[in-house]
Amino acid sequence: MAKNSSWVPTLICSLLTISTGCSDRASSGNTIQVGGSDTMVNVAQKWAEVYTSENPDISVQVSGGGSGVGIAGLMDGELDMANASRAIKDEEQELVKKNLGQDPLEHVVGRDALAVYVHKDNPLNKISLAQLAAIYGESGDITKWSQLGIKVEGDDEIVRVSRQNSSGTYVYFRETVLGKKGNYKQGAINQSGSKDVVDLVSTTASAIGYSGMGYATDQVKMLAISKADDDAVEPTAENAASGKYPIARPLLIYTIGQPSGSLKIYLDWILSSKGQKIVSDLGYVPIN
Amino acid sequence: MGRNSGLEIIAFIAAVVSTTVVRVFMDEGGAEQPISLVLTCFVYGVLALLSANIIKNFLGGYMLGSNAQFNWVGWPTGSRAGAPRGFRARMMSGLDAMERHVEWFIRICGWSAILFVMAIFFFVIKEGAPALVGDLDLWNFFSSTKWDPTAAGKSEYGILALIVGTLSVTILSMLLAVPLGLGAATYVSEFAGTRTKETLKVLIELLAAIPSVVWGFIGMMVLGPILVTTTGASVGVNMLNGALILALMSVPVIVSVAEDSLRAVPDSYREAALAMGATRWEIVSRVLFPAAKSGLLAAVLLGVGRAIGETMAVLMATGHSGRIPQSLVDPVQTLTATIAAEMGEAPRGGEHYQVLFLIGIVLFAFAFVVNMVADLIVKGIRNEKNG
Repeated sequence: MAKNSSWVPTLICSLLTISTGCSDRASSGNTIQVGGSDTMVNVAQKWAEVYTSENPDISVQVSGGGSGVGIAGLMDGELDMANASRAIKDEEQELVKKNLGQDPLEHVVGRDALAVYVHKDNPLNKISLAQLAAIYGESGDITKWSQLGIKVEGDDEIVRVSRQNSSGTYVYFRETVLGKKGNYKQGAINQSGSKDVVDLVSTTASAIGYSGMGYATDQVKMLAISKADDDAVEPTAENAASGKYPIARPLLIYTIGQPSGSLKIYLDWILSSKGQKIVSDLGYVPIN
Repeated sequence: MGRNSGLEIIAFIAAVVSTTVVRVFMDEGGAEQPISLVLTCFVYGVLALLSANIIKNFLGGYMLGSNAQFNWVGWPTGSRAGAPRGFRARMMSGLDAMERHVEWFIRICGWSAILFVMAIFFFVIKEGAPALVGDLDLWNFFSSTKWDPTAAGKSEYGILALIVGTLSVTILSMLLAVPLGLGAATYVSEFAGTRTKETLKVLIELLAAIPSVVWGFIGMMVLGPILVTTTGASVGVNMLNGALILALMSVPVIVSVAEDSLRAVPDSYREAALAMGATRWEIVSRVLFPAAKSGLLAAVLLGVGRAIGETMAVLMATGHSGRIPQSLVDPVQTLTATIAAEMGEAPRGGEHYQVLFLIGIVLFAFAFVVNMVADLIVKGIRNEKNG
């Protein structure tokens, strides 16, 4: 053992520290972080799956949590793109401008029609926006199915199924059906996801609930909606695209300013016919 | 850490330099914050210093035994007189030299346990206090049943319905879990044969291993339809559903602790009772339960603690509907589920966010009250025993 091999411990320690100093996070140019709307999470995951199979050097990470969560993630810099099923609020826009110095940019990537679901044995087939407002709204007075003139197999009391207040669907339904100043009646059963609403309605005979059109199963019935005195409009993709169906909304993606590089290529791909075909395959309405 | 020689200083400098080089020149990452760089360099430098010290001491013990001296670079020098011989002796001597380091490590672990608890406590209070001292109407907060933080117009923050939800689900689940748990504990401890005892203990521990979100799923998908058909409830996810699921989750906790405390009662008690002609049930109810009182109470309180703090299972199984329940099969909403559902969306630092932390403080207060009551009862029992 040579007496002057005292550089060995030093070398070992330096190697240890250099190895800990190297970060192993992927170069940020090749990973796209997407998150937000629960309504759009299936579409977003399908986009990510197909896109990354065609472009294996890009990785797209999709998460859900609600439109509010997505926009909050965009503000914090954790997300590159925020999926939203509602428009960004003024105060959120201000916060993005303040924290990141740029305005958020809105891209319309599809359309969603919100369907009103009832149990499949419920005799009701159509409902008007005014009746929906009376059922769900704070000042509404419809609480029993008999007030609508029908008899259900379960309790006469209407079981309202809604979403939790972090959901863009919750906010959109409130603004469209109850008005800008309207509030929900207390005591609705607040589910955490679009699929959970349909699941609960399919097992509860006296339930009514709202969720994305793409979540329909054959255990539930979708109601046709009429505006004031018009004929009731069926919830189909054509009616949503043509604007006849009253509860249809744009699906949005927010980015910080103009996207560039791999983000821009991904966004263009989503807006192309390939991305839009996935939108219509999953039961939503493509933008063209 | 003992005298630091040149080795440690070299290691520290090498770590700082390599961290700086890697972070500034080789990463394509975002903007480099100077404070973050300094902090990271310091942390890696200290780690390098400690590693160097540990390796140096180990080498000294390995080569020269407990009288090792080190030259300025840190290499072991000095007389070979008392040096250990043979590989095993050298390894043992090297490990002995690290004894002080191990002692310090254990000390830091102990401190950090307390530190983390205090840090959590202060964090929750810091985030929720602005709601307490700000312009939140506290009377309305505790007495109103309207919880609507995202309302168009003025936000409503009334948690009375939530408090009633938490308390009702907890009390109902304890009414179910305590007899079940104590009964199971008594059976396993006193009446079961050895084979049955082992099997049952394993099965009950398995129940404890089921994740709470799976319990919530069972409540929603399995128990919900069962409740609809058997009790004629209009909706399957309700207070009874949540209470049943919580009871099933608390039973393993209660059984473990209760069974341990029953087993801790000395056999001489049982033998004395038998000698006086007591039946098996009389032994259990007249001798064992009074003797194991404080342990059984601890078991029940652990179950209560589990039930009050449970979040995922009640979020899915109670229907999450903010109202004062009129019957056992009405959906309710709990404090914990409210925080879980809404924390993600509440903008950081905003009023909604602060009120959610205030709900956290309310939950702390409940836990504190439960623990204080437990303490008083146990003290009362102890005085009774000694007095």
